[in-house]
Amino acid sequence: MPSRQKVMILYLAHSALDAPVKGWTVYDGTGKEHHTTGDSSEPPYTTGLEALLDGWRVIQFPQLIPPYPDTEYTTSFQKNEFIFEKLEEID
Amino acid sequence: MVDKQYLLNSKQMAEFVARGVLLFEELVPDELNREIVAAFDAGTVVSQPAGTPLSRCYPDPSPIGTLLRMPEIHGVISSLVGPDPMFDHHAVHTRQPNTGSAQGLHGDSIIDTRTHFDIQLMYFPHDVPLEMGGTLLLPGSHFRRVNEMDVARYQNFLGQMPMVCKAGSLVVVHHGIWHAGRENKTDQIRYMFKVRLNPTVRQLRLWNTDDLNETSGGNQTIYGGSEKNRDDVQSILGKQEPWFEAADGRLEIVNRIKLWRFLTGDVNFDVHYWLTRLENMPENLLEVA
Repeated sequence: MPSRQKVMILYLAHSALDAPVKGWTVYDGTGKEHHTTGDSSEPPYTTGLEALLDGWRVIQFPQLIPPYPDTEYTTSFQKNEFIFEKLEEID
Repeated sequence: MVDKQYLLNSKQMAEFVARGVLLFEELVPDELNREIVAAFDAGTVVSQPAGTPLSRCYPDPSPIGTLLRMPEIHGVISSLVGPDPMFDHHAVHTRQPNTGSAQGLHGDSIIDTRTHFDIQLMYFPHDVPLEMGGTLLLPGSHFRRVNEMDVARYQNFLGQMPMVCKAGSLVVVHHGIWHAGRENKTDQIRYMFKVRLNPTVRQLRLWNTDDLNETSGGNQTIYGGSEKNRDDVQSILGKQEPWFEAADGRLEIVNRIKLWRFLTGDVNFDVHYWLTRLENMPENLLEVA
């Protein structure tokens, strides 16, 4: 059976994978689910590790990059962005 | 000048500095709400050239003019950007029934690194239930240096604020606030009127500062235990949003301290010693006997 990729991005409280989830995004390549901005108030998992226990594979860890000079106190994007995937068979 | 009773107080200003969002529920009378919906339906709300003083926009008879000249709303505007700001632009945001998609999260305009700030008024003229897709706001996102739709990848955050409100509610936001129009799953059109205003005077103690000294909080114990439940300005500025990462959440408090110093002129103001510690660089030499 062919399979399709589901991608989940978890934004964690700090750089450890077992840190609490603060934000989340899901894209479903099987077409079964449709996720969009502001569609849920509860995260799919409470920590990144919990996602591993449920069969998700981490495909990207955030790099730890020191702040550029003079931007030490600047806030911008979420730093602790972990990307997961799961392959699901389709009919 | 607007009567002082309609200006924001210091705690409300601190709330704006901390979260970039102030909500006023059911502020506008129903009769005016209905008049404005009728104007939206008819397409009769006319915009103005950017840079026009607000006092010259929407001359009578104009339901939007009546709205913006309500003393409760003029007081909020005056507190944040002065009594006669410049009109920037407006938009009658319309989410058609059963849209099937939401807007990506974004900050308006382009990346904007000023300490001076514009405000945007978001007015909801009819009831907005959750499924109608009221604007999603992310309180506390206004200091983030990002450019417009670069944050569209973020779908949901703890503490996000989907506008679910009664007719006549108003949200006033800092120009940097991340937001998005959500999916309208109802059979009705959803309206939201947004207007952006630019300050024309230095944003220095424009609100009702009668309570400023008594609410600032003074020097406090760090990790103060029972003192954590205080509601003074320092405590409001020190409260983290649920979506903040642990480390950057501390930097957001520093951003708030800097804006509060700018708005009050008090260059020594601090929240729980975050900046005072960094500013302590003694140069005096120890005198040896």
